[in-house]
Amino acid sequence: MIQMKAKVIKGARILQEAVTTQHGTDHEYTTTGLNHRKLLMWAFLGSDCMFFGSLIATYMVYYGKSKVGPFPEDLFSIPITSVSTFVLLMSSMSMVLAYAAIRKGSLKGFRVWILSTALMGMTFLAFQVFEFYEFANHEVHFDCSQVGTGNLSAFEESFQNECIEGVTTVDGIHDSDGNNLTGLTPKTNLFGTTFFTLTGFHGAHVTLGVIWLLSLFFYSFRGGVTRERDLDVDLAALYWHFVDIVWIVIFTVVYLFGVFPGFPES
Amino acid sequence: MTTSILSRPIHPTGLWAWLTTIDHKRIGILYGVTAFIMFLSGGIEAMYIRLQLAAPEQELVSPEIYSQLFTMHGTTMIFLAIMPMGAAFFNYLIPLQIGARDVAFPRLNAFSYWTFLGGAVMLKSSWFLGGAPNAGWFGYAPITSSAYNPGHGIDFWILSLQILGIASLAAAFNFIVTIINLRAPGMSLMRMPIFTWMTFVTSILLILAFPVITVALIEVMFDRFFGTNFFNVGAGGQPLLWQHLFWVFGHPEVYILILPALGIIAEVIPTFSKKPLFGYPVVVLSGVVIGFMGWMVWSHHMFTVGLGPVANSVFAVTTMAIAVPTGVKIFNYIATMWKGSISLTTSMLYAIGFIFLFVIGGLSGVMHSSAASDAQQQDTYFIVAHLHYVLFGGSIMALGSGIYYWFPKMTGRLMDEKLGKLNFLLVFIGMNVTFFPMHFLGLDGMPRRIYTYDSDMGWNLWNAVSSVGYLILALGVLILIVNIIWSVLSGEKADGDPWDARTLEWSMSSPPPEYNFEHIPIVHGIDPYWEQKREGLSTVPISGGSGDDDSHGIHLPQPSYWPLLASLGLFVSGYGLVYLSSSIGLVVSIIGAAITMVAVYAWSFEPVNDPDEGEGH
Repeated sequence: MIQMKAKVIKGARILQEAVTTQHGTDHEYTTTGLNHRKLLMWAFLGSDCMFFGSLIATYMVYYGKSKVGPFPEDLFSIPITSVSTFVLLMSSMSMVLAYAAIRKGSLKGFRVWILSTALMGMTFLAFQVFEFYEFANHEVHFDCSQVGTGNLSAFEESFQNECIEGVTTVDGIHDSDGNNLTGLTPKTNLFGTTFFTLTGFHGAHVTLGVIWLLSLFFYSFRGGVTRERDLDVDLAALYWHFVDIVWIVIFTVVYLFGVFPGFPES
Repeated sequence: MTTSILSRPIHPTGLWAWLTTIDHKRIGILYGVTAFIMFLSGGIEAMYIRLQLAAPEQELVSPEIYSQLFTMHGTTMIFLAIMPMGAAFFNYLIPLQIGARDVAFPRLNAFSYWTFLGGAVMLKSSWFLGGAPNAGWFGYAPITSSAYNPGHGIDFWILSLQILGIASLAAAFNFIVTIINLRAPGMSLMRMPIFTWMTFVTSILLILAFPVITVALIEVMFDRFFGTNFFNVGAGGQPLLWQHLFWVFGHPEVYILILPALGIIAEVIPTFSKKPLFGYPVVVLSGVVIGFMGWMVWSHHMFTVGLGPVANSVFAVTTMAIAVPTGVKIFNYIATMWKGSISLTTSMLYAIGFIFLFVIGGLSGVMHSSAASDAQQQDTYFIVAHLHYVLFGGSIMALGSGIYYWFPKMTGRLMDEKLGKLNFLLVFIGMNVTFFPMHFLGLDGMPRRIYTYDSDMGWNLWNAVSSVGYLILALGVLILIVNIIWSVLSGEKADGDPWDARTLEWSMSSPPPEYNFEHIPIVHGIDPYWEQKREGLSTVPISGGSGDDDSHGIHLPQPSYWPLLASLGLFVSGYGLVYLSSSIGLVVSIIGAAITMVAVYAWSFEPVNDPDEGEGH
């Protein structure tokens, strides 16, 4: 018994040594063996789940509650957004390859893949900017003969009064100054408010991620990214994958449910 | 490697030492002092409220000012006093209790404090910059929309709460990682002190609850700044959404305020009863259950909005159920005292006062957990009485207990017990005289948040009594201040372990050396320091409190400017955003964001220890 105790104490002494000598380095002693920063990142992601959860909940609460158009089905182009979604998902793969490269110590491979990840992130953002611009400048075009046939969306039908005597097609609705009156902005309706806020905050997350990835890319030329410090890449990867996963939820809830029937309207 | 623009402060002195400190003990003291000052400022706001209501039909303050007073009183006490006072104890004690040299991220810790200070100053400055917020601490929509509230008060409220949220989140991440990862060898989860456990649960609640209020505040902010429709009823927006988001945050927030208090009590009572805590695993479990169930009760704040009988019943049942783990804790505390050798120090008196008052608050809580009963009590002074019994009688009493308990550890001097007992007596009596009559007023139908009342309503007597109670309470707090100042200057010197206490923080000198533990201790049980003292287990090496002696060869993380600058940037951009409608505001907010950006960049490239400069140490 006493011997055992002595053994325990000896073992603990060794641990103590580890604590005193390695404090402050990347490989310091921790109770669980997990790195501090990695644990922090997981805690942050858990917290961020609640952030996006609240934004998505707000979007869903207000789904179908807009009093005026345009509505999701007037604006969303699933093929286009599918492309940007695909690009973002592929960027997760190149992120994995970048991490794998640095784990193997291949700096060249790391640079190639981290840069492609950042570029794909930027491509996604470009799509988003394009999409926002398109939505804000959305115009209604329809043939007056279609009014009442069921071929027009509710939003287009709401402009049937434009089809006065002698007008056969409606080509955009403008006020006296020529401003487009059928675009979607955050002020237009609840859909605009919740859509731009939710996807805008996701876009901000992607932007931050791109800055982070580019920082790692440039830092690698100053010797800052090494095999021993692969954790720096690992953390960026965790963040990046998380932002991707959030987009999958947004794409499903906002885009797919917005265009295809089946999502309950209350 | 070093990319610092500013040269690193290696051994700063005086003010710079405090501004650049990353020592958890110093940050804890900064938190405590700031929170105490904020507590006093919230108390002054309460003073105006009690003076105004002391007699009927008074015109001491205008209705407009009165709305600002109760809003600021609530917001101050919750976000600027009780939460940071808890954070002060987290900071000072957690590394000591788990046997660590510092928190996991010392610089992030400094950032938390400075950001908190910025948010606090910003909120308080609204008094002098065109009027304080006036929509209640819960800021119900659409009172907060620019249509009904065009001034800048609400903007200050939104942005300072966002800044305070960043501070709380950063601190909570830090403590989660610290508690999981920096426990001394042998300190398994089920050997952690209860205060550490409750800090852990509180931190998890924080990181999950604050994002929700962040989103809710963003929505109000966008409505005000950019004309969005979140709470615009004309466009179909639903003010009820705000209530849900607010209380999904707000109810866990209640437990964020009370769990640290329950943790403090669980440290104080065993020490002064000379008995181990009764039912340690059950106390831990009930704390975790409270943290979990805290998410299932939020709609009991909304029983009267018409959610329907099903929702009301469900939330009534969950609310009654959450009283069970809370009651379990109370029984454990009482059982710990049972047949113990109790010494009635001021700290212990506060702890016993806590049990007494918190039970009263808990019982009135169970009363309005019944939705039918709550319909009579909603928005009356009965609720005011309840919440002050749990927040003052609960949190503040426990914090008072904690101050008296750990003061010798923090300063190396004991607090005066005679003054302490007088202080406790006045606070205890004052608190009851102030808040107990509010039960009667509430049941008699006096609504909350009214700035005055008719003399024939029958509320004159108890309002007058309540205001007298405030004076007694204020006198008690004054004596606490006198006691603290006197004790810091010339209190009796305390050795490392003045109370014959159980946990690791008492195994070192008072105040502890900068590096805390010369040798990281090895933990064999729940009360490691008692075991060391009683059973002669010499596995907890007593650290030499030799202060500046360098022979230990321990290299601590070095001080840094960057956390302070990052916080400063947030503070500046907060002010800029309040005045976003003007171009100056826009420029200022961009400058602030740029400062934060640069500081965060420099921070992430700054090594924890500068290898070159550390040598001269």
